[in-house]
Amino acid sequence: MSGEIEIVLTINGRDHPVRVEPRRTLVDAIREDCGQTGTHIGCEHGVCGACTVLVDGAPVRSCLMFAVQAAGKAIRTVEGLASGEELSVLQRAFMEHHGLQCGFCTPGFLMLVTGVLEREPDIGDDDLIDVLASNLCRCTGYQNIVKAVRAAMQELRAK
Amino acid sequence: MNLVKQKFVGRSVRRLEDRPLLTGAGRFAADVSFPHQLHMRLVRSAYAHARIVAVRTADAAALPGVHAVWTAADVAHIPPIDFRLTKVAGLEAYRQHVLAADRLRYVGEPVAAVFAEDPYVAEDAAELVSVEVEELARVLDARQEPQEFADGLRTEATVVRKGYGDVDAAFRNAHAVVELDLAIGRHSGVPMETRGAIAHHDRARDVLELHGAAKVPHWNRDQIARMLGRSPSSVHLYEGHVGGGFGVRGELYPEDVLVCAAALAFARPIKWIEDRREHLIATNHSRQQTHRIRAAIDADGRILAIDDAYFTDQGAYLRTHAATVTDLTAALLPGPYRVPAYRAVGRVRLTNKTPCGTYRSPGRFEGSFARERLLDAIAARIGIDPIEARRRNLIAQAEMPYTRTLDTLGTEVTLDSGDYAGLLDKTLAHIGWPALQQHLAQRRAAGEMVGAGLAMFVEKTGLGPRDLARVTVDGDGAVEVVTGAASVGQGVETAIAQICADALGVDYAGIRVVHGQTDRIAFGMGAFASRVTVMTGEATRIAAAQVRAKAIAAAAELLQAPADSLDVVDGRVVRGDAAEGPSVTLGEVARALALADGGTGLCAEGWFQCDHMNYPYGVHVAIVAVDRDTGGVAVERFGVAYDVGKAVNPMLVEGQIVGGVLQGLGGALYEEFRYDERGEPLSVTFADYLLPTAREAPPVEVIICEDAPSPLNPLGLKGAGEGGAAAVGAAVAAAIDAAIGIPGAVTQLPVTPRRLREILRQQSHATANEGSHPRS
Repeated sequence: MSGEIEIVLTINGRDHPVRVEPRRTLVDAIREDCGQTGTHIGCEHGVCGACTVLVDGAPVRSCLMFAVQAAGKAIRTVEGLASGEELSVLQRAFMEHHGLQCGFCTPGFLMLVTGVLEREPDIGDDDLIDVLASNLCRCTGYQNIVKAVRAAMQELRAK
Repeated sequence: MNLVKQKFVGRSVRRLEDRPLLTGAGRFAADVSFPHQLHMRLVRSAYAHARIVAVRTADAAALPGVHAVWTAADVAHIPPIDFRLTKVAGLEAYRQHVLAADRLRYVGEPVAAVFAEDPYVAEDAAELVSVEVEELARVLDARQEPQEFADGLRTEATVVRKGYGDVDAAFRNAHAVVELDLAIGRHSGVPMETRGAIAHHDRARDVLELHGAAKVPHWNRDQIARMLGRSPSSVHLYEGHVGGGFGVRGELYPEDVLVCAAALAFARPIKWIEDRREHLIATNHSRQQTHRIRAAIDADGRILAIDDAYFTDQGAYLRTHAATVTDLTAALLPGPYRVPAYRAVGRVRLTNKTPCGTYRSPGRFEGSFARERLLDAIAARIGIDPIEARRRNLIAQAEMPYTRTLDTLGTEVTLDSGDYAGLLDKTLAHIGWPALQQHLAQRRAAGEMVGAGLAMFVEKTGLGPRDLARVTVDGDGAVEVVTGAASVGQGVETAIAQICADALGVDYAGIRVVHGQTDRIAFGMGAFASRVTVMTGEATRIAAAQVRAKAIAAAAELLQAPADSLDVVDGRVVRGDAAEGPSVTLGEVARALALADGGTGLCAEGWFQCDHMNYPYGVHVAIVAVDRDTGGVAVERFGVAYDVGKAVNPMLVEGQIVGGVLQGLGGALYEEFRYDERGEPLSVTFADYLLPTAREAPPVEVIICEDAPSPLNPLGLKGAGEGGAAAVGAAVAAAIDAAIGIPGAVTQLPVTPRRLREILRQQSHATANEGSHPRS
């Protein structure tokens, strides 16, 4: 499994030149080669969504994508959501509505919802639940995650 | 200056934990790395039961990048992992070694450990290790006749017996006897973060560090030290962020010991991160029990005696909890009811499956299912409403404190306070029970299968016997609380800061709460049994009150004012009797005390002692709709009333309850570790082991009550972590019964679509038979 390939991963607008094996997953490259450990690994088989990042604006399970597939694409991770000290509307809503406990799944939910709301800011309630049902949380019972997302949607609409 | 004294306990203030977690700055186990680290990968048994003939490691060791491959021979000097709780004598031979030597007893058991420069290479190498075995007969059902575990040892490790009163006489004299066969499935905590352990031997200081610790770092430190022949003070455990615990994470596992041993042996840091498949077969399972429970009752449905014979499917070894779950089941099964005579016989049976430990509400989820099913059966037998059956048996408020003459975890079960009937009334009023029943009846009449079920429970929290906290104010006025507690993501820092803030007179938001660092405090019992807010909270309150007294005494001199006229408000010592006037900050006091002769700074330690647990209690209500065709169950609404004595932060309490409810629903409807007839685990991905998602999550209505503060601690606290899960299985079972119109239909959890379809099929057969063969 040798034959490393030189690629550039663009994460939150910043270029990271890395050498990776073809088999290296995107999430491992983001975490280990680019040092962005906010993206978490929960199952490595594409079910839990803890590793969700945005690739060219779309939510992606970074455990199911190879790093080489993301070369040259715009990758966004949880580290890029806040502007300096100022949290994004969604991050703040999670805090205000107690939408996280252990916080392990949180970056995945934040990126999933950020990506979906950018494309569908007026997503219907039932569709929203379907979207949220694509990631797993074991602490909150989802109730406060749903509340936080609805509150963020309202605030974003008012802007 | 006009300072307003703020109170924080009892308020839903925002969490101190959130910002790093929301911005990707958290530090979970996998985020910890050291230069020149090696990565460990375990070779795990593919057999449920086998004798090891040979473990061949040469091919793996020859792979470039592989540093070493260990088998049992390399760790023969390391003793098995000891029991932490419920140390029943004579069970030592059932403990697990860190690598299997002669026999493999479950699929997933560690056989060999590969150490490599890269985790991908370590995984490649692990696949090159071949394990030659002779397969042995498997035990996969705890109810089957015990077999040989090892020479002279049976797979029935122990029998837990608890009880009081003349049970046999009660059954002889009973008006009626109600008997049920019930089963609770095998499921577990399954936190979103898998386990991880990173060991680093700092040879400069001769300190062995273990990162990725959780739950009980101090106990694990002592054990690792003992197992590796070191002094505890030369071993430090560090807890970072913890991605959920639920009872399973943070117990001492083989992998924790292996990384430490390897870090010492190779003089390299060793990193191990569990993958999800490993987690589902290697981390503690829980719950699996079968009960044959009987009640002797009088003509009014009053319980005269309960007799419960049950089996715990313990899995392949006794891990750190030994017989804890079986013991808790027996001790707490009577719940909120008067049970004049009681006998519980719990058989701890080893099977060739993943070993079991505790999972949120251990013994109570299982026992509450058995007991509440029994109450429903009593109601059906006597022909009264299930709620009335409960009312007739509830312990009255006037009987508190109520001694059970049962013990568990080294303490006597004495229900400290409670108004069980009062909470039942509140719940029914909140839910609008009569109107709800009417509405459901209308829907059923229109052809829907909908129903409501109710269950009651008593939890146990605040396990002592003691805890320690140290509160320090630095020269800048910053407050640090060092505790021996652990955080598993439940909001410990916030709750402890709130308690400290009120006792000291500062804003909670500026308080730094330290937990899970064994080099910061000599004593700590960690986070289990919903103990942290109670035990660590009270220790913190005591320490903070002492710091406050110290600050006032010193400020009295600085301000030339009588001490009894001073108060601490928002970090300043002020004249309590005057809105304005001279004041001094806590930082200034700390600096003055640091310079004073023989001064110890502005710092104090607080110990809190409590020999008994306390007992919060609750009511669960489930409203479900059954899909006749698929057998699927949709939970439309769920209500929880829970009396926690005093809620430090209602928002966090509610969060704990809602999260617990969903885990309970998982165990009631979806989650199950299944095995095939060869003992091969079938639930090894999240596609097979079904965690509830947002789609399955019902709206959960939470009623937090503070009607029965605990008399055992000054704040009146009881723990809040486990009541959300405790009776979900029981409430959902009752609701399904009501929906399908068959009392007592649900006898097994989880109620999967397949099982429910079977129940419905049998019902339609029975109805059809009745139709063709009318009986008189």
